[in-house]
Amino acid sequence: MLLLFLSSGLFLGWSLGANDAANVFGSAVGSRMVSFRKAAIIASVFVILGAVLQGAGASHTLGKLGKVDAMAGAFTVALAAAITVYWMTKMRMPVSTSQAIVGSIIGWNLFTGNPTDSASMTKIVTTWIAGPILGALFAVFFFIVLQAILRKAKFHLVKLDAYIRNGLIIVGAFGAYSLGANNIANVVGVFLPLAPELSIDLGFMVLDGTQQLFLMGGIAISIGIITYSRKVMETVGSDLMELTSEAALVVVLSQAAVLFIFSSTSLSNLMVSMGLPPIPLVPVSSSQVVVGSVIGIGLYKGGGKNIRFRVLGGITMGWITTPLAAGLISFISLFFVNNVFKLDVTNPQNEQEIENEIPKFNGNEVDIMEETKSVTNTAYPYSLLPKEIDS
Amino acid sequence: MALFKTSNTLIRLIDDFFDAIEQGGIIFKIGVDDFLNGDMPKFEENITKIMELERRADVKRREIEHILYTKSLLPQFRGDVIQLLEKADDIIDIIKSNLSQFDVEIPFIPKELHTDIRNLTKLSVNCIDEVIPAAREYFRSPERVKDYIHKVYFYESEADQLANDIKKKVFQDIPELQLAEKLHLRYFTLHIENVSDTAEVLADLLAVYAIKRTM
Repeated sequence: MLLLFLSSGLFLGWSLGANDAANVFGSAVGSRMVSFRKAAIIASVFVILGAVLQGAGASHTLGKLGKVDAMAGAFTVALAAAITVYWMTKMRMPVSTSQAIVGSIIGWNLFTGNPTDSASMTKIVTTWIAGPILGALFAVFFFIVLQAILRKAKFHLVKLDAYIRNGLIIVGAFGAYSLGANNIANVVGVFLPLAPELSIDLGFMVLDGTQQLFLMGGIAISIGIITYSRKVMETVGSDLMELTSEAALVVVLSQAAVLFIFSSTSLSNLMVSMGLPPIPLVPVSSSQVVVGSVIGIGLYKGGGKNIRFRVLGGITMGWITTPLAAGLISFISLFFVNNVFKLDVTNPQNEQEIENEIPKFNGNEVDIMEETKSVTNTAYPYSLLPKEIDS
Repeated sequence: MALFKTSNTLIRLIDDFFDAIEQGGIIFKIGVDDFLNGDMPKFEENITKIMELERRADVKRREIEHILYTKSLLPQFRGDVIQLLEKADDIIDIIKSNLSQFDVEIPFIPKELHTDIRNLTKLSVNCIDEVIPAAREYFRSPERVKDYIHKVYFYESEADQLANDIKKKVFQDIPELQLAEKLHLRYFTLHIENVSDTAEVLADLLAVYAIKRTM
């Protein structure tokens, strides 16, 4: 049953693999520096590793935004995100899986009356904006360092080609790992509250229920990479990347670094231990970080004249249109699933438990309302509150 | 690691190819000298050597192109590199063809033109001596290519000037020459001058390709 409901998430994973692997290996495959076969194998393995080993951080933030607690609800939320991604791609509009799933979760929150955690929301939106900017800054930094190394080393063109080829493979593996770690939250994040209790002992490590979901999501992304990313890689590689192979290496590296930063729990903990604010662990759009990185290099090399403001405008519009579209589709789909198919999109048991835990109305109206409001802001869905309090 | 092995092989082939062209230039100079001195056995030896060098350069160039395509190396610069190698190969082809024509047609060159012909050959070979290091630099330090090519342009224009002077001498200052001999000499002056022109073509390409590499 779980597998059936998980299918929408796996479809989302497949489309993520088909589209976003091009951000990691597109330039390498498009320019034929790395064969598609090699790129697909490396990307698949490292996406799964990233998802299983480091997928928890960003998924946790999505969980805080909206804890989808019923199978049918999670299925619908993931399906709405998948439909949004598919539809917007078809309409040639800039779209990000990360932004679609967030909009979709908010749609579920609105439908079920659950509150949307404003702190998590702010964190997510700030990261969306920070992602491409950070990508641009990293790209400029890496580009300057690489240029300095190359100027000093004076490699033979043929030797340089060999180094860049190997560099693209290594950096691509890192990029695929970061993509898996950061974007797995988009694929199976909404299913985490429903993860099986079962643990699987692989001998060298034990996979808990969450990791099993990450593994399945990772495999779905890998299948997307193997079955459908070739065309995207070859097109993206030759159309978008009018860059030297050195610049392409820098773009992939900065994108991998940004995605890694926004998904690394250890790095975030390290910041906290140093007395600095924690890093927000949020799924970010790899495509937008790539565009940010390319723009960064363009700015560094030739000033503002290299910036395509239409692309920038498209990204900014995407931050608004994608979650809106996904939220709307999610809300409408949940209505149908709930009222036409008669499936629970939120857990009725949780409703009962929550209802029992809500303090009874005892006449001391002002205090109880305040108390309940503070509780609802953190855990309880608004729709479950007694009408007197809700009003 | 196989990639690094292929890279090393390719670098060696490119170096060998340029060595062959440079040696071709030396043989050309010695060959013309031997011809003017009337030392035909030595001149024949030079013909054999230049044929061998030209064949070797062709083999190396084909091997390089084969590796570049089959291993998909240098995707961004493959076209430029192949073009450069072909233009460099044209230099040794012209040298071989020139020496062969000396061998077959045995032009009559009056004594008073020997110094000029030697100088013209030297200027043409100077062009090769500058353009081949420029081509080597394209692979390692493209920003240094311009340090060599300005010399190619200088020697080429000197060669042009000298070739013109020789032609004037042939047609205006040596009346005892038959018209056929005059035309023959004009034809050979052009042959020798062609070597510097071919080097100049390579220098022009290098100037553009070096900018492309440093962008």
